[in-house]
Amino acid sequence: MAVHELGIVQQVVEIVSEASRGARVTRIVLEIGNLSTVLPDAVRFCFDLATAGTVLEGATLEIIEIPGLARCRACGIEIPLELPFGTCSCGGTDLEWLAGGELRVKEMEVA
Amino acid sequence: MCATCGCSDHQHAPEGHTHSHSHDHDHARLHDPDAGPGHDLDHLPGHEDGHGHHHDDRDARARGVIQLERDVLARNALLAERNRGWFLGRGILALNLVSSPGAGKTALLERTIRDLGATLPILVIEGDQATARDAERIRAAGARALQITTGTVCHLDAAMVARALRELDPPPGSVVMIENVGNLVCPALFDLGEHGKVVIVSVPEGDDKPIKYPHMFRASDVMVLNKIDLLPHVRFDVARCIAFARQVNPRLEVLEVSATRGDGLEAWYAWLRACRSGPGATGVARSG
Repeated sequence: MAVHELGIVQQVVEIVSEASRGARVTRIVLEIGNLSTVLPDAVRFCFDLATAGTVLEGATLEIIEIPGLARCRACGIEIPLELPFGTCSCGGTDLEWLAGGELRVKEMEVA
Repeated sequence: MCATCGCSDHQHAPEGHTHSHSHDHDHARLHDPDAGPGHDLDHLPGHEDGHGHHHDDRDARARGVIQLERDVLARNALLAERNRGWFLGRGILALNLVSSPGAGKTALLERTIRDLGATLPILVIEGDQATARDAERIRAAGARALQITTGTVCHLDAAMVARALRELDPPPGSVVMIENVGNLVCPALFDLGEHGKVVIVSVPEGDDKPIKYPHMFRASDVMVLNKIDLLPHVRFDVARCIAFARQVNPRLEVLEVSATRGDGLEAWYAWLRACRSGPGATGVARSG
């Protein structure tokens, strides 16, 4: 497993702790794009460890996975992407990502 | 600056963070009364990141759902932009060298310093999980170097680079080479404020590296294919490797070199000089 997910969760803890001003957080919602380098399962795996002793301890973690979508720079059509690269039906590989790269704290619920 | 993701420049958005939202988003949405019961998302004057939708103590104590819409890597992106401005203000070219362990990042730097050091001031920030061995090698080659040991962390981030710059104090007009931790995954996520990423892949690693680690190759500006002196001894199809790399990143430049034997280094030096003479030392063309 890639190890950067622990660092990602630590960033989430920092953002949420700052926003909650010390209030206990009972639930957070993250948006993770399928083309980001972050694996939702790895985030879930290290969430309890990384949130122990913080305002997020015991919080419910919800992850919204966002499918990859790109626009071909050659012909302009939009194509779904499951990997961070792909080939358009026109043969183009120069793709502009429209969705799937997200790594965002969407919302939190405070106690 | 974009209030949703915290970034300030499309071109330099950290990889893995490509905008799905338009930059004319409706900021009023952040102040939507439906965002949570009893939440008056007051602006706090002077809030450092300009988001301004923090809550006062009364709000924080209240119950309910609070919309954050914060990019997880916003803090790193902010610090990276600060580094980028610092480099730009001093006319310094900064490059982020990434590869798997053992691809020859340090060897390429040693050779570059020996060949160009007399005419081009090069300074090196070395990132490794442990030891100062690489910084010692760079100093032996004749350049100033600062070692960052990251412990268990598998990448450098913008804050580490900012601290290193204060200590290294590179002179105006110099080149700062940031040798990242040997890792083809995590460093792709963390913008350091560099002008471009140089990904180094070596012949013994296999020609399918670019397609197996697409994020890093997508985030890079140039691929240095190193150890080509070993081509007669290993199974490696150069054309196949380049085709994989261009499939992931059609704009990727490719340079074939042997850092130890010297093949192809003139092209690498020409690339460096071209970057340096680009507008404001930002001659590296970023791929979107």
